Parts: sequence; C-alpha cells; structure tokens
Amino acid sequence: MSLMRTKWHAALLLGSLLIGASPALAEAVFHRGNSGEPQTLDSAHVSVDIEAFVLKDLFEGLTIYSADGKIVPGAAESWTVSEDGTVYTFKLRENAKWSDGSPVTAEDFVFSAQRVEDPKTAAEYANILYPIKNAEKVNKGEVPVDQLGVKAVDAKTVEYTLERPTPYFPQLMAHMTALPVNKANVEKFGKDYVKPGNMVSNGAFKLEAHIPNDSLTVAKNENYWDAANVKLDKVIFYPSEDDAANIRRFEAKELDTVYHFSSSEIKRLREQYKDQVRVTPALSTYYYSFDTRQEPYSDVRVRQALSMAIDREFLANEIYNGAQLPVYNLVPEGMEGYGKGPVPEWASMSQIDREDKALELMKEAGYGEGGKPLNIEIRYNTNTDHERVATAVADMWKNTFGAKVSLQNSDVSAHYAYLTEGGKFNVARAGWSADYGDPENFLSLMISTNKSFNYGHYNNPEYDALLKQSYDETDPAKRMELMKKAEEMINRDQPIASLMNYANLWLVSDRIKGWEDNAVNEHLSKYLSVAE
Amino acid sequence: MIQFVLRRLLSAVPTIFVVVTISFFMMRFAPGGPFNLERPLAPQTMANVMKTYGLDQPLWKQYFTYLSNAAMGDFGPSFVYKDNTVAELIGKALPYSIELGLWALLVAVVGGVLLGTIAALRQNGWIDYTLMVIATIGVTVPNFVMGPVLTLIFAIMLSWLPAGSWGDGSFRFLVLPVLSLGLPQLAVFARLTRGSMIEALHTDHIRTARAYGLPPRVVVITHAMRGAMLPVLTYLGPCAAALLTGSAVVETIFAIPGVGRYFVLGSLNRDYTLVMGTVILIAVFVILFNLIVDILYGLLDPRVRHD
Amino acid sequence: MTEKTIATVAAAEMPPADERPSRSLSQLAWIRFRRNKAAMLGCLMLALIVLFSYVGPVFLKHGYDEVFPSYVTIAPSLSPRPDPETLKEVAENAAKRARVTLSSFEVENGTYTAVIAGSKPIDPRAVRYFDRANEFENTQVKETAADQLSMTLTGHVDQEYFLFGTDNNGRDLLARVMLGGQISIAVGVAASLVSLGIGVLYGATSGYIGGRVDNVMMRFVEILYSLPFIFLVVVLVVFFGRSITLIFIVIGAVQWLEMARIVRGQTLSLKRREFVGAAEALGLTDWQIIRRHIIPNTIGPVIVFVTSVVPQVMLLESFLSFLGLGVQAPLASWGTLIAEGARNIQSAYWQLIFPSVFFVLTLFSLNFIGDGLRDALDPKDR
Repeated sequence: MSLMRTKWHAALLLGSLLIGASPALAEAVFHRGNSGEPQTLDSAHVSVDIEAFVLKDLFEGLTIYSADGKIVPGAAESWTVSEDGTVYTFKLRENAKWSDGSPVTAEDFVFSAQRVEDPKTAAEYANILYPIKNAEKVNKGEVPVDQLGVKAVDAKTVEYTLERPTPYFPQLMAHMTALPVNKANVEKFGKDYVKPGNMVSNGAFKLEAHIPNDSLTVAKNENYWDAANVKLDKVIFYPSEDDAANIRRFEAKELDTVYHFSSSEIKRLREQYKDQVRVTPALSTYYYSFDTRQEPYSDVRVRQALSMAIDREFLANEIYNGAQLPVYNLVPEGMEGYGKGPVPEWASMSQIDREDKALELMKEAGYGEGGKPLNIEIRYNTNTDHERVATAVADMWKNTFGAKVSLQNSDVSAHYAYLTEGGKFNVARAGWSADYGDPENFLSLMISTNKSFNYGHYNNPEYDALLKQSYDETDPAKRMELMKKAEEMINRDQPIASLMNYANLWLVSDRIKGWEDNAVNEHLSKYLSVAE
Repeated sequence: MIQFVLRRLLSAVPTIFVVVTISFFMMRFAPGGPFNLERPLAPQTMANVMKTYGLDQPLWKQYFTYLSNAAMGDFGPSFVYKDNTVAELIGKALPYSIELGLWALLVAVVGGVLLGTIAALRQNGWIDYTLMVIATIGVTVPNFVMGPVLTLIFAIMLSWLPAGSWGDGSFRFLVLPVLSLGLPQLAVFARLTRGSMIEALHTDHIRTARAYGLPPRVVVITHAMRGAMLPVLTYLGPCAAALLTGSAVVETIFAIPGVGRYFVLGSLNRDYTLVMGTVILIAVFVILFNLIVDILYGLLDPRVRHD
Repeated sequence: MTEKTIATVAAAEMPPADERPSRSLSQLAWIRFRRNKAAMLGCLMLALIVLFSYVGPVFLKHGYDEVFPSYVTIAPSLSPRPDPETLKEVAENAAKRARVTLSSFEVENGTYTAVIAGSKPIDPRAVRYFDRANEFENTQVKETAADQLSMTLTGHVDQEYFLFGTDNNGRDLLARVMLGGQISIAVGVAASLVSLGIGVLYGATSGYIGGRVDNVMMRFVEILYSLPFIFLVVVLVVFFGRSITLIFIVIGAVQWLEMARIVRGQTLSLKRREFVGAAEALGLTDWQIIRRHIIPNTIGPVIVFVTSVVPQVMLLESFLSFLGLGVQAPLASWGTLIAEGARNIQSAYWQLIFPSVFFVLTLFSLNFIGDGLRDALDPKDR
C-alpha cells in the first residue's frame, strides 16, 4: 500500500516534470494585444488609450477605475472636498510605495502636476488639468509653475485648489495625464526615465523590457501596496496596428486579447468565439460636421434635412453589424447626473416620415430636385469602416434628394490638420471620445471660440452664453439643466449630425478571468488572472 | 578599381545631400504635421509642443539646424515615438530587417537561379511550364494576400507555426515571413534567369562547347551561367536594398519589429525626423548595393569596363 | 550570331528606298508570334477579360455603386435572391419599421399578399416600408378595413442575382470586379508603358554614353529611389489635386528606376560587342546605335521585368487609394478590392477570390504575351 502510494507520487512528479512545469509553478502571463505602439511612456506626453492601458498598469493615480469602471481610491485612500467645491484634499496611503521601495509622497504629485503644466515640458494633454487653479496661466507661461494650485500639506496629504467647482475632478485624477512620476527618478534620468532599467513606478507592475513594435513586458511590482491581490506575474503588451493580423494571432492562441477590429469581422467572430467577443458602448460619438460658414450648409434647414435623411439604424446594424448604437444627439448616454440627453423631435419619427420632412425642408431651402443642385463632398480619414459609412450616407442623400455626393479620403494626419486649421469643406467625419464622464467635455466642442475642434465653425452666441453660465454654476443639478438646454440648441441647429455611439470592441480569451465590460474602457491588469 | 570605388563613395555625399534636401522640403509641403492626431491638440498645448520641437522656427532655419546636426551624426529625437532618438529606433529595428531580408534574399536568389536554370535546360518541356506557372503565381499574388493565407493554413488550421512575432528569432518564427517576402522575388529571379539562360545556351561558344562533347552540367555552370547572370545581377542591387531595409507589409502582417514599417508609419504620422532617418538609410543601401553590383559587372563580364 | 548581326547592320545602313527587308522582319516577328500557342492563348484571355470589364457593365443590371441594403455581405450564388423562405422575415421587418404587425403573408407567382394590422389607423404610406426592402416592389394597398386598423397589401417580389456575392456595403461584387478591371487594366498598362519607355531610353543612353554622363544619370536614379514615396504622393495631391492621370505619372515615375538600371547593365556589356563596333565603324550615330542595336538586344530581361512591373503597379495603385490619391470610393480597382478581400478573408472569402482570380488571370495572359513577344522580337533568334 505504502509502496503503491510512493509510486503514484513518483508518477505524478514525473508527469509534472514532463509537462514542463506544474501549473502551480508556472508564471501567470497575460498576452495583451494593444493595437499600436505607444508613442511614449511619459505620462506628460501620452495622448491615446493604448498608451493609457500600459501606463495605468505601471503607475497609479490618486483615483483609479475599478474592474466595472467606477472611480475608486488608488494611491489615495480617501479625499475630501471643501464646501464650495473648489478644494480637494487627498490622503495618500501609508503603504503606497514606488517600485524601488521608497514611499509615494505628496511632493511626487505636486512635482508631476507642475511638470505637466510647465510649458517647457510641452505636455500634449496639459489642457485636461486646466481646472486646477492657474494651470492654464502656467501652461501659457504667464505665471511661474510654483503658482499652480497644488500643494503638499504634509508627506502624505496633497491639496488641489481649483479654478471653479469641478464635480468630475476625481475622474480627472484617474486620467493618464494625472499619473504621478517619481521626482527623484525623473530628476536623475531626465527624459530617459521611461527606459527599462531606469523607470521607477508605483503601480501594480513595473517595466521589465521594451522592444518597440514587438513587445512591452511589465512584471509584478512586489512593492505595490496591494501586491498580495495581484494575480498576474507578467503582462506582455503586443503592439500591432494590423487588426486582421491581431485576430489571426488570437486565433492561433498567441494573444489573449485583441483591442479594436473592423466591424465586418464581428459576425464571424461571434459565431466562432461566442462571448469572447465583447462589444461595449463607450462614451463616444461618431458624427458628421457641416461647414456652417458656407452655402448651402449655412442654412439650418439644409443641415436638418441632411441629418434627418440619414438612416442611422442601417449604419449601426448593417454597416457596423450592431457594434454601434444609432444616436441623434451629441452627448452619449451614461454621464453621471446627465442621464439620457435631449434628442431632436424628429428622432421619434419613423425613417420614412423623416425623409418626407427632410424633403420638405430641402425644398423650402430651395435645393434638390427642382431647385438648386446639391453637390456634396464627404471628407473622411482613410479607414474601411469610415468609407463604408460614407458610401451608405452618400447613397441615402442621393436617393432622398437626388444629390450628387462624392467622397474624399485622406490619411488621419492630413484630415485633422485640414479641419483644425480651418479648412473649408462640405461635410466631414469626426468623432469624440470622453476624456472624463461629463457632458461639458462634448458640449465645449461647439463653442464658437473653440477654433480647433469646432470644425464647422458653428457660431451661436446663445449657446456660448449658456455654456458660460454652466461653468459658473455651482449647483450640480442646475448645471446639468443648463447643459441640457445647450444641447437642445445643437439638436435644433444641427451643426453636426450625430450618427452613432461608438462601441469598444474587444476579443477576450476564455483564459482571462476577471474581465468586466465598462463604458469607460478601463481594464487594469491588476484585476485580471489567467486560468491554465 | 580602387580609384573607381573611392570616386563612387565620394559621389555618395552630394547624392545624399540632394536626397536630404528634397525630402526635407517635400515633407514640409505635405499637409498635416506630427502633432495632428486623430485627437487634435488644444491650441495652447500645440503651441508649446511646436516651440519645444523647434517647429515654430522659419523653415530655412530648421533645415540648416537639421543639416548641421545630421552632419555631426545627430538625427534628432523622433517626433512621434518621443522616448527615442531616430538613431535608437533605427538601430534597434534594423538588425531584424537585415536578418529577415538576408534569408529572403538567399531564398529568392538561390531558389530563383536554380529553378530558372532547370527551366531553361528543359525549355518548353512540362517541367519548364510548371515552374514558370508557379513563378508567375509567385509574382502576381501580392504579399498582403500571401501572408494572411500562409498564416491561416500553417498557424491557425494546422497550428504548426506561429502566426506572428519575431519570438526568439528561430526558424519557426522566420519561415512564414521569409516566404512571404522572398517568394515574389524568387519568381522574378527565376524568370530572369530562364530568359537569359536560354539566350546564353544559344550563343555560339556554348554550342561549340557542347559540340566538343563537354558534359552539359559543365557547360551550364562554367560557360552559360556566367553570361546569363548579368540581368540577374542588375536586379540584385535594388532587390537587395529593398529586402534588407524591410517591407512594411510583411513586417506588419507578422508583427516583426523591423525598420520597414517605420517608412510607412513615419510618413503617415508625419514623423519628420524619423522619415529623414529612413530616407538616409535607404539612400545608403541603394548607393552601396549599386556600387557592389557595378563592381561585380566588371568581374563577371570583362567587356564591362569602368572608365 | 555574328552573321545575323552583320545582316542587321547592313539592313540599317541601307538607304530609305530599301526599307522592305526591315518590314519583312517585323512581319516575320508577327508570324512567329502567331505561331506561339501560349502567346495567342494569352491574347485571347486578355481580350475576354477586357471585354468582361469594359462591355460587361452594359449587360449588368446593377451599378457598381448601387447599394442593396437588404443584401449586405451575402455569399455568391447561382440562384436568385432572396429565397422565398426568408421573405416572410423580410416582410416582418418591414412591418416592424412601419410600426404595424404582420398578420399573414403569402407568396405566389412572384406576387406577394400581406395583411398588416395596427393598434392605430394605418397610414397608407406604410407601403413604402415594403418597397424600401430590396425584395419587394410596386407594393399597393389592395384593401383597407373599415376601421383602418388592418390593411391588405400586394406587390411584386423582386429577385436579384448576385453571382459574385456582395460586399460589406451591399453592392454587387460582379459589377465592382468589372469596374476594378477597367481601372486596373488602364493603370497597369499605361503605367507600365511609361516605366518601359522612360526606363529603357534612360538606361540605354546612360549605359551607352558612359563615363561622367552615366555617373550623373545613375546618381539621379539613386536620388529618386531614396525619396520618401508617401510624401511625394501627398505633396503631388496638394499641388495638382487628384486625378487618374496623376496616378499614371506617379507610378510611372517610380517604376522606371529599376528598369533603367537593368537596361543600363545590359548596355554596358552590349556596347563592347563586335556588332556595335561594326556599327560605329559604319558611321552610325549614337542614337541610331542605341535604337537599332542596343535596345533590341535588351529585350529579354526587359520583357521579364515588365511582366513583373505590371502587378506591382496595379498594387501600388491600391496603396495610393489609401493615401487618397488613387481612385476614390465608390470607384474601385482590383487592387483595392483584393486589399479589402484580404482583410475579410475568413468572413467573406468571395471578396478575395473573385478579384484575385481576375487579377492573376490577367497577369498570366500578359506574361504569356510577353514571352511570345520576346521570342518573336529577339534579334538573336532571327
């Protein structure tokens, strides 16, 4: 009997040796597809989500997003807000440490914020933190950096003074631009602090290796305050912008996740991979902008008519295979305190009624069949999905108004350079994703003074006044009301035709546990684990 | 000969200078800049960024700054991959591209010359036709189709080979990218070889050699091959330069961290300094390989003289 | 060979009155070309493909930019769409969008009868929802109940053939492959001719004159070779706008470089041959020698190279489209169709197969023709 047992043990041991390593000993590695090479790992210069995914695993802000996308304490264990809503005081965790073992201090946060706003740093996203007192002035070089409204009360307490009440400030503190850097580390290495071997970070992981365009490896940070709950040993980010290739690597089981892929693949992937396909509506809007500076788009009736004639359900269901939702207004659903924004009254009509109405409006304006000819050019940045949308919209305008519609694509850089620099156009594709969950982030796009993002140069003094009022309003409920009023104006004037609510598309392997879909598209690796 | 080489190397300096100058100004005439992203920057931050990178200076000033820095071997920081200098990026990526390119070149030249010779010896026989049909398919199927099809078969259906990445650089990882990169070129070499071999085999001295009863293999290798290699050699120059400096398509499809994708990514991102770096790299390779080819001409065919 | 070259030299030197021998030479070449079965097959195939691309659309009911919203991404089939079983579903969808319910639905002899019911009086415009579906046409109200809460509709069932399936926008792929052929063949042939013309002349001149001229000309080629192509394209678009002619110029401008080097390489060797010496001795000018002796003798490698340039040119065109210079949507070329198909290879195989087959067949024909021409024209084989 005892001999038998020994043999059995031996067999087990041998077996595990043959397999290579027993599951308990194996490293838990998450192969994370990241759809593009990060342009930088410096939080002062990051600008896109794929960089945020890497950076938020490495660094931890005062607040972070939970697995289901809620704001929870991060490096700070708690915070308080002053009566008037303009002073936020964050208490750092006692056990928050950098990967070199040194404590995370309030001074690090002050240094990081000053570094981002310092015009010499030239941080691309410095404007995100403009709600901090004097931030804009500092960034313009009008006042010295030490005038920035951030100070260390003591080693573990950091205080932010704001320009005006900003209810979404805790969300801003979770933004990648607000991530802390280690003061001593940055001062020692300068801009090279981001290199493997140099970097000191305070997140759940630390940088281990980085081969541009091949892989970026982060390993568990043993000094992280919550290290006991971090289940992964390693996360390897694979940057590749070719989504078809990423899908193939997923199918060959080389990648555990794929982020972003062409919607034309959704149907097949759903059939084959079932709920490994994750489609989550995001806080972002796909819209067409009309150039309100010139005829005929300066005529509100023409804009309304064109917007009404677009069958958004066809776009969302047929072109995007249900991966996007049809929308009729700019601010996406799911903003705290805002709920579902107002929609134009014609949104509730059937598509046929809309088309009749559209035709009427267009006739009134004197365009289309029997009137002045309607020649429309749709500009978009090169992308299969955008081309398909433009093709479908062109077909709709052709059928409804007998318009002559042509398409013009250019690469991303040329497209946006043209629009932001005030180039003339007829209709141009654009999109906006929330930086933080507040309607202001969307509505400010249409302010007349916002020369770079208000591509169509919508100019409505009433609208501008309403938004200005909202900035000064301290009562949250009233503030939301003002913004709703403003959005109703956009609905009426249609300087843009909001088409769809983007969804984030992910392929997440069954192997990965702990993944939760959320609208903010935040997926920290520290919540995840792998099943063998 | 040494004088010839020296003179050519010396003439590379003005060549590269002209390339740099034209490219520099051409890039600046193109719409968009390195900081016009899908997510546009706010005016103030844009101004800060332009100032930091010296893009707010007059163009001629930027040009002379670049020129003097480049002459000292400083190609500047990448505007888009901000953590790295251009030299670092290219230095890291080039070895991958060169290794991949060398394998592909080897496959293409050895395979192509071999198949082309066989086809020529069996002119108009079924072997000839089969080989040429395969070669034609090789030229016509674009690598952005070849790559995915090969991966689908060998990586996903059969699970024999990885679907992408450089991995540890071993054989398994290299097979598919090398084939995707090399097969189209193999086909060109095979067709070129076949054509000129047929011509060479019909020349008088080969006929004479055959008439003297020399065994065919000896005739082919020693005599015909020599004359037939000229067009092959000429194509080798640009082909080698193209293969060794990486292919954006193949590197993207197989997720290989080579320098090829920087040509395309750099241009699309308007990463001015990175593009300049790649342009100089290409110029150096092209000049070098054309020089080598010209030297080889002289060795292979005594009729070609360098004066 | 020496004998034959002397004959050509002699022919070249003859006064204009004796042009007959050279005419008979080209006739000879034509006869030899016609005897080449593979080449003739290539010609036939190419002619058929050209007919298909340029004349085909006349016989096809669907336009290349016509969107069929009901038929997005459907597989190719020899039988007409829709098959009757799915019709009821379509009718239900139409009813749903008209905000009524479908209480009965029947199809007979290409005519359908549907009864719809609603909770509010039905607007007769509801028929338009039925007509809007690509499956139905000429829908009419046959009867309306007195309370207007139900209505009987009747109309034709419209069936469409999609032999090649449809693309992701619901456009007929057959029409798009035809259109792609028109553009790709035009671009491919024109750009290859440009590359051939410039490349051969440039290469032969450079190689024949040699010396400092050769050095400068070849450095110029190296400069062009090194310029960043994408920027070249983008800048051209800025200055000249987008046009098909521009595509030819850009592609031709890039593709002649390798051709020039190949021809120059051949020329370097050819110019030391006896027959060139003989021609020089006879007092022919450089230009005459290049035209009559150098260029015809480079034909072998040139033809092989041209046949590999054509596919490159056609594919380059699809990359130009990506940059916004090439053909603009909704136009398409084989290159853009294949690129699109390669992306959807697993979900819509037909989008890759059909354009690829035509692409490969065309290039095969061109290869056969090229080889035939080479055999027929090669002065050494005469």
